[in-house]
Amino acid sequence: MPEQPTTDEAFDAADLPGADAHPEPHTGPLGQTPSQTVGPFFGYALPYAGGPEVRAPWQPDAIRVHGTVRDGAGDPIPDAFVEIWGADAAGRPATARGSFARDPHGFAGFGRAAVDRDGHYSFTTVKPGAMRAGSAPYLLVTVFARGVLQHLFTRAYFGDEPEANAADPLLARVDAERRGTLIAEPDGERSYRFDLRLQGDGETVFLDYGTEV
Amino acid sequence: MHPPTTQPETTQRQISDEIAERQRRETDAAASAARPLAVHPRRDFAPYRSTTLRHPTHELVRADPEEIELVSPAFGHTDVAAEESDLTIQHAGEPLGERIIVTGRILDGDGRPVRNQLVEIWQANASGRYVHKRDQHPAPLDPNFTGVGRVITGDDGSYRITTIKPGAYPWKNHRNAWRPAHIHFSFFGSAFTQRLITQMYFPGDPLFALDPIYQSIVDPAARERLVAQYDHDVSEPEWAIGYRWDVVLTGPKSTWMEPEDADHA
Repeated sequence: MPEQPTTDEAFDAADLPGADAHPEPHTGPLGQTPSQTVGPFFGYALPYAGGPEVRAPWQPDAIRVHGTVRDGAGDPIPDAFVEIWGADAAGRPATARGSFARDPHGFAGFGRAAVDRDGHYSFTTVKPGAMRAGSAPYLLVTVFARGVLQHLFTRAYFGDEPEANAADPLLARVDAERRGTLIAEPDGERSYRFDLRLQGDGETVFLDYGTEV
Repeated sequence: MHPPTTQPETTQRQISDEIAERQRRETDAAASAARPLAVHPRRDFAPYRSTTLRHPTHELVRADPEEIELVSPAFGHTDVAAEESDLTIQHAGEPLGERIIVTGRILDGDGRPVRNQLVEIWQANASGRYVHKRDQHPAPLDPNFTGVGRVITGDDGSYRITTIKPGAYPWKNHRNAWRPAHIHFSFFGSAFTQRLITQMYFPGDPLFALDPIYQSIVDPAARERLVAQYDHDVSEPEWAIGYRWDVVLTGPKSTWMEPEDADHA
């Protein structure tokens, strides 16, 4: 005699016809989730109050870092946004929870700024300290835009740190004629200009952290 | 019916041929070099016309991540209110459309959960219309739906959002171009180098084969990782349809070492 089927078996969706049509995810080594463009319509979603003010602009140690994002024709890109992530003046990353919060007396480390119609972005932050002996100070800069299928990383070093820059291992690896694209040049009191050129003449040096898989 | 008066000349057939040709070239190049297909989209994927002037032409320069690149901004529960994960309760009334739950886990390449980290989402409404002043698609806005949400992952790397299934969306890449329904997602990993912005799609969408953004990922297995799976255990009776979508953020470990000869490469 076959066993009596149990009548009150718990419902299990895996028993349904077709439930095995999709293989179980992640049975092998985990595959990276691919990138897609941020698209044109992030403007009502990603910018947030105080996003560009990593350090309150009235603070005596605040610096401005600003520039224009341009395409291969040299035209400003009006639908890009830029993120910066940098160490504090002593070269330490911010670790306090609350990176969206903007304490006017604090330093968030992370900032996000959408460009304006002329492709221009502007942050206030502090000039970071170097993180390693022999390295120059810099901000990590990330660019997103419609038409950019995977964000682009670069670094903004500081033009008034010529000795540190001359010794920096990353800058040393970059062709001399392109090195200037990684330098935010002083353009006024406590202000630095860092233009981003996605393609063409003066194309910014973009970086691969081993993430170009 | 109010179709736009000006339409691009390029046909879907031309775009589809370009997609097939590029994917064939990528597959051949990978095979002859005995390397896997790239996971991420090709930045110079010409069938997606907006890439033309927006992709770098120089090879990216390999960089050794320093401390700042090996950590991420410290988002937390003080940054995001719990109700921001429910896009259906942001207005006085209920939004129109099919209520859905999307849940999953954010993991690193070794399967470790990405804990207490920020997830941001944005999307079109059920009619395929974004709340954005430059969106000219003649489909109705929904006064009860904005389409923006945020959530902080749990200790197991999990996230869960309640929203409305977005509609397909027309765009002007070529004539009669439609984006498959998608939700935009923004992720931070445990290292800034794991930063990822991408789009989640819905299973079985007939527009996948036609869409140059989805097809810019030339590895079929990789692009299928952007498609959520229907999960009956996530669906809730009399309430919402459930989807599961897990996300993997890989990136260099702090142990990543520059090759000895890289300085002279």
